[in-house]
Amino acid sequence: MTQAGHFSGGFGVPPIDAAHAFRAAMTAMARPGEIRQIAGATPPAPLSAAAGALILTLCDADTVLHLAGDADCAAVRGWVAFHTGAPLGQAAEADFALGTWEALQPLDRFRIGTPDYPDRSATLIVERIALEARGATLRGPGIRETARLNLPDPAVLARNATRFPLGFDCFFTCGDRVAALPRSTHVSEG
Amino acid sequence: MTAEHGQMTEYNFAYLDEQTKRMIRRAILKGLAIPGYQVPFASREMPMPYGWGTGGVQVSAATLTPEDRFKVIDQGADDTTNAVSIRKFFERTAGVETTEETAQATVIQTRHRIPEMPLTEDQILVYQVPIPEPLRFLEPRETETRKMHSLEEYGLMHVKLYEDIARHGAIATSYAYPVKVAGRYVMDPSPIPKFDNPKMEMAAIQLFGAGREQRIYALPPWTPVVSLDFEDYPFEPSKADHPCDLCGAEDSYLDEVILDDAGGRMFVCSDTDYCRSRREAGHAGRLSEEAA
Amino acid sequence: MYVAVKGGERAIENAHAWLAEERRGDPGVAELSLGQIREQLSLAVNRVMAEGSLYDPDLAALAIKQARGDLIEAIFLIRAYRTTLPRFGATEPLDTGEMACDRRISATFKDAPGGQVLGPTFDYTHRLLDFKLAAEGGEPNAPQAEPREAPMPHITGFLQGEGLIQQEADSGAAPRDLTREPLEFPADRPLRLQSLTRGDEGFILGMAYSTQRGYARNHAFVGELRIGTCAVEMEIPELGFAIEIGEVELTECETVNQFTGSKTEPPQFTRGYGLVFGQSERKSIAMALVDRALRWKELGEDDTGAPAQDEEFVLSHSDNIQATGFLEHIKLPHYVDFQSELELVRKLRREAQVSHREAAE
Repeated sequence: MTQAGHFSGGFGVPPIDAAHAFRAAMTAMARPGEIRQIAGATPPAPLSAAAGALILTLCDADTVLHLAGDADCAAVRGWVAFHTGAPLGQAAEADFALGTWEALQPLDRFRIGTPDYPDRSATLIVERIALEARGATLRGPGIRETARLNLPDPAVLARNATRFPLGFDCFFTCGDRVAALPRSTHVSEG
Repeated sequence: MTAEHGQMTEYNFAYLDEQTKRMIRRAILKGLAIPGYQVPFASREMPMPYGWGTGGVQVSAATLTPEDRFKVIDQGADDTTNAVSIRKFFERTAGVETTEETAQATVIQTRHRIPEMPLTEDQILVYQVPIPEPLRFLEPRETETRKMHSLEEYGLMHVKLYEDIARHGAIATSYAYPVKVAGRYVMDPSPIPKFDNPKMEMAAIQLFGAGREQRIYALPPWTPVVSLDFEDYPFEPSKADHPCDLCGAEDSYLDEVILDDAGGRMFVCSDTDYCRSRREAGHAGRLSEEAA
Repeated sequence: MYVAVKGGERAIENAHAWLAEERRGDPGVAELSLGQIREQLSLAVNRVMAEGSLYDPDLAALAIKQARGDLIEAIFLIRAYRTTLPRFGATEPLDTGEMACDRRISATFKDAPGGQVLGPTFDYTHRLLDFKLAAEGGEPNAPQAEPREAPMPHITGFLQGEGLIQQEADSGAAPRDLTREPLEFPADRPLRLQSLTRGDEGFILGMAYSTQRGYARNHAFVGELRIGTCAVEMEIPELGFAIEIGEVELTECETVNQFTGSKTEPPQFTRGYGLVFGQSERKSIAMALVDRALRWKELGEDDTGAPAQDEEFVLSHSDNIQATGFLEHIKLPHYVDFQSELELVRKLRREAQVSHREAAE
């Protein structure tokens, strides 16, 4: 991507676009499995619009971002630097990590918080090919009875929940859509 | 700088700068992911005093979008002075539409009450919290209470409640009654009357902001919220044993109003919108215009 | 028929209008200019800058005028304004050794390089009301002299040369920022000092005084007190070096405290440190005493249970904007909580009366 490319694709009206994107992200995190639209960003490939909007809404100079796999390319690095100023870092120090499920492995590199400060944990932004309300069954806070979401690896995410209140939290992104799975959600297959 | 009204236009949407909002938004997300856990956040000085809703204001500022309809209540009422002041603040800084109707509001900021009308999944309830730490009056040290939460060591709280029973025959906590969230964290529900505690398992997202104490916490919809009690002394939500004297409601929390110096008093809904909508629907109480 | 009280909005507007009128006072008396406040009430301006954490004498003067002279209210105005300002970056650390001093005294050495410079001090004035000021003060003229060119090194530096005072280690780490991160315990010394320098002068003074009266006594000498201006430098990334962007007036106090040694440290003197915006002498000395008292753990001293040794107690309660807000919030409506207490007390009384009667029967 050219230098000029880094400058484009940000929020048009940052305070308003960020407010809308945050509402989508917050609703997703509050209602695990629910799929919301999140728009306003046009990041360079291979990032989805949804992942771009999350980065613009949540990342800045105070947060370490880890780019994994194909997301760790010059175009994305330049775009992130220009629009957020977020320092890029290793998985072990990341506040946010971005990539496909495969690229983010192994997951035990990410921070899960401490018993005193469980909030000091990573948020993973997992790029997905599809995002659908089918597959694994979700139960827990934010879900009245059950919800369903096509999770990449239900067994691994089920284990993440057993460490509650420790653990990482996930956003799943696909195109301009987002869903979330906080550590508080119990996951069972099928 | 000089003209008070000119000043507000120089500020960002919803007053706070974007970096501050991002910091608050990150705290809200972690709060939702760990229900009932108090997330530390770098609360900013706001143009209203600490203790007057700065935490709620910061959470609202980070949450509002221009399309929202915003309602502010204090003691259940839309027209209490501090509620008026906060509502005006967001009218000026965020340009959002405001409403007094609970059903019309998308974001409701509250001090000390949960509206009587059940909230829906399209609504967000933002609480102003003075002391977010439920263990604070048992143990003043943050270093100690943090340890107690991390070890899930809540014996002290049960001892306190039990001492109440031993001394008074009942639990002598009538507001800010502690709850256990999703079977893990003991949480302060803010100083709502315990009458409101059972409403906390609701469809709406609940966010709690404590500005001076620099804490944000949250309840996702339908999170299990259990008021602490004992098998032989179960939790009892209570209210004045009267119907509302204006709308006749039997199910709403009541304020007591002194009418004269001869012991005359009346009971009226603390939720002013609930009372108004019932009266508009034709309900009447002992002292309403129709009855008088 | 009962009509609920309405019209909160109008009441608020009218209250504000009345407030503005009271602020102005008798219109027959000339209005205060900001320049008058800045120049003639400069110690009030200094306090507002110090506790407001914003170095801007003109804004502080405006805040004092707007607050009708209520300094805590003025500090609040400054803090609320400060938090809306963008950050361009951080300056280089100030070198107070290079301070252009108006005042510099030491209580530990009769004389030292740089000398004792009294400067504009209230010390040794007899506190007699000067009725001349009630009329016209006139234009006082102080004798002039050439400024000293000789350097004025820190007094504690002489003790350090002999190894008699504990060396302060420079970790090189950037200090955490109290205004950008939530206060967390245990707090390290840079964080404690940030908190103390913007803390309420009265609170810090009271805490310091308590150490002198035996609550964690640490026997402080004023090794040095200096007031003057320091250059503020900032590195400009495009230039690759630091340039001077202005200067600030500061008061710095270093106390020298007895220390009989511990398991790890030989007997030596230790230091309490105070640094405050403007001419804020009382505050900086008090800050140094409290800083020293809070260092008990690091120096292996006993925790005597004194309030000034208790970091959570001191830091959680020193901020007057937090304190005044929370204190004054109890005048807000609490009908709902009070009603629930009322119901509870009535119920408990009913039950107590019943059991009393039953016991009597």
